[in-house]
Amino acid sequence: MADRNTALRAAPLDGRLVRSAHVEIVPADVASRIVLRARPEAIAPLSRALGVKLPEEPKTSAKAKASRLAGRIALWIGPDEWLVVDPNGADLMALCSKVKKLHSAVDVSHRNTAILVAGEAAQSVISAGCPQDLSPNIFPVGACSRTVLGKAEIVLVREDAHVFRVECWRSFSDYVFAFLADAARDAVI
Amino acid sequence: MLLIHCPYCKEDRPELEFSHAGEAHIVRPTNIAAIDDTAFEEMFFLRDNPKGLVYERWRHIHGCGRFFNAVRDTVSDRFLTTYKAGEPKPDPVRLSKGADVAKKGAAK
Ligand SMILES: [Zn+2]
Repeated sequence: MADRNTALRAAPLDGRLVRSAHVEIVPADVASRIVLRARPEAIAPLSRALGVKLPEEPKTSAKAKASRLAGRIALWIGPDEWLVVDPNGADLMALCSKVKKLHSAVDVSHRNTAILVAGEAAQSVISAGCPQDLSPNIFPVGACSRTVLGKAEIVLVREDAHVFRVECWRSFSDYVFAFLADAARDAVI
Repeated sequence: MLLIHCPYCKEDRPELEFSHAGEAHIVRPTNIAAIDDTAFEEMFFLRDNPKGLVYERWRHIHGCGRFFNAVRDTVSDRFLTTYKAGEPKPDPVRLSKGADVAKKGAAK
């Protein structure tokens, strides 16, 4: 009988790293992700099922409260659209499948990948290609938005004052990483 | 770069996040199979392209993804207002008065 072969998952940005005095750019760990579309009546049951309250205010995100769900975030993308990210490999689709109210959930764990940009020059590095105002009073900690970086669409999250998560499509990730790496070469603080 | 107010995101966002989506408030006939070619051409292809105020659809394609409507002045390229899809057409007279006030305010 033939041996069974298992393909190893290759993360798109494996081994890439930028580290300078003022900023560090690293690929984020593998995560589960879903895109949720839902009408108002499904928001509460979906929030209960996922253990994180789906935010209803534009440009905001929410974290799961329970410590066993630490790291799970729900990002407001549009008035009926969210991106939910879980860094611990949770089966988010299974959680949503228990919700009876009409909604749409699409697993995009492998469509997206993410890049973490951290350090005092992080904002300046993102601003090299993102036209939104990222000043801390306009784009505070917890803010998130679908937007653009150079020619690529991204979802940007400010995880901390000097830490940004850049979610992008896997096929754009080489471009996005290279763009950020280039921007980091002459970032201002 | 223009800043465009998205009525769903409730803030001014850079033009790069938006795409233009044609003239707004075009009503499709309910009996589209029954109308003749001339009426179809009129509805489907012909647009006014006036100098002055235009009502347009825009989409916040790299933002919230929603379509909305805008009133723009093709002479100054100024957006007079934006509003959610499905909301009634704003009164142009009231809008241009608002614009005059805004202009005076900006001149000071
Ligand atoms: Zn928007």
